[in-house]
Amino acid sequence: MPGPAYRTRYGAAPCVKGTLKMLEALQYEFMRNALMAGLLAAVACGIVGVYVVVKRIVFISGGIAHASFGGIGLGYYLGINPIIGALFFSLASGLAIGGITRKSRLPADTAIGILWAIGMALGVIFINLTPGYAPDLMSYLFGNILTVPFSDILLMLALDAVIIGIVVALYKEYLILSFDEEYGTAIGMPVDKLYLLLLGMIALTVVVLIRVVGMILVIALLTFPAALARQFTHNMKTMMILSVLFGFLFTLGGLWLSYELKLPSGATIILLGGTVLAISFGVTKLRLRNKKTKEAA
Amino acid sequence: MGELEIIRLQNIQVSYGDVPALEDVTLSIFQHDFLGIIGPNGGGKSTLLKVLLGLVKPDSGDVRIFGKPPEQTRGRIGYVSQRPSFDRDFPASVNDVVMMGRYSQAGLFRHYNREDKAAAEKALTLVKMEGYRQKQIGQLSGGQQQRIFVARALAAEPELLLLDEPTASIDPTMQNEFYELLDELKRNLTIIMVSHDIGAVSVYVDKIACLNRRLYYHGGKEITSEILEATYQCPVQLIAHGTVPHRVLKEH
Repeated sequence: MPGPAYRTRYGAAPCVKGTLKMLEALQYEFMRNALMAGLLAAVACGIVGVYVVVKRIVFISGGIAHASFGGIGLGYYLGINPIIGALFFSLASGLAIGGITRKSRLPADTAIGILWAIGMALGVIFINLTPGYAPDLMSYLFGNILTVPFSDILLMLALDAVIIGIVVALYKEYLILSFDEEYGTAIGMPVDKLYLLLLGMIALTVVVLIRVVGMILVIALLTFPAALARQFTHNMKTMMILSVLFGFLFTLGGLWLSYELKLPSGATIILLGGTVLAISFGVTKLRLRNKKTKEAA
Repeated sequence: MGELEIIRLQNIQVSYGDVPALEDVTLSIFQHDFLGIIGPNGGGKSTLLKVLLGLVKPDSGDVRIFGKPPEQTRGRIGYVSQRPSFDRDFPASVNDVVMMGRYSQAGLFRHYNREDKAAAEKALTLVKMEGYRQKQIGQLSGGQQQRIFVARALAAEPELLLLDEPTASIDPTMQNEFYELLDELKRNLTIIMVSHDIGAVSVYVDKIACLNRRLYYHGGKEITSEILEATYQCPVQLIAHGTVPHRVLKEH
């Protein structure tokens, strides 16, 4: 039997064992839920992240994510699912940031800063007012993909469906909006409404991602997969598909690493994504330099 | 005059808050006119274009485009903006950008159909960029990009073309090439170009108006230094190019 000898000689055993362990883990419901949550998160952040990155509204997204903490606090205070509270708060703060930046003279980053801080402060107050201990507060802040309940998976599924529906229906409008908003205005496209709807989609994405990486790290999953995808294509649809794929690889790989190394899943997912992104940027830079020296020679 | 009147503005008054942007602007433009509108920054050029596009409603006065209110005629107007600032690696091909011009024809929520694709194709051929369809827009030179933006406007199969400072961000040799292109297009179109580039405008356009809140226009191409001074509110020296095909300056 060559099996065992082969394994020891090439040192493949730990890897196989790891995969087996992971497959064994799939028997547990929490692990199946975790995989599903990862996939649903990848779909939302992959699609919406492309708009966030090409339209350069990463920090608006960060503001919406942090403001949603107010909703999590309200959820604890009222004794309802904090995710539902976050849904309302992130939608409201998205619309508020959009409304303020479009209709008043306040600069966008000022509006973001104000809502970011007020949302978080409200969250702290609500949690303080809630009698007793706030269970799994940390998992909303930093995410824990292993504790996503099935009811939240259903909510994530519904939000993903809404996002996909909007993007399929308004793909050409959002291409114009991201590329050249002034032109969109000139040809009579309702740019302000579309922009508010985009911020609404970001708010939904934040809610989908909170359970996986936590509201503080949401911004990473909104940007890493899209930024990586951008290196490989100049077609927006392809970029979205690649971005979903990368997002899923990050959550899946991060989940596996965190399971193996006994590290928090949210942070592991982010660091894996960050590492891959850094390597990809490095390779691109080297390739460009090689091309230049070849051309010079 | 016997010619078809495309635009009629009568006593247009527009102000933003207390600040007047346009005062008592009256203007008629006929089919196959190529009108250049020059004036200082903040003189109301962009506001005037917005009035024509129906994006700004005048406080008073009457706007008629093709005999109708401007909100109803947007689909018949092609618009070329200043070169937008987008990232070099923005994920859009030349074809994606030209298709944007079909937005008004396709409408909200609708996907582009075969007719839209054919129109985009034709527009690319008109600006002689058909070989670049699949190129990433950011990889083209400034002059090439401006051609693509003209193609985007032409894809709407417009009867009227509005250009807002189209040469502001491209270099002089490219500018000449660009004006040659407009020269060809004006055979089938009515064109209005807003610019602060007095020299180039005066060579290629057929008629010139000066705008600084008020519009100075005499239906011709001659601008006097008095009009220019009234427009810019300071003495302006007119510089003519070596071989000017038409007389621009009045003899003094």
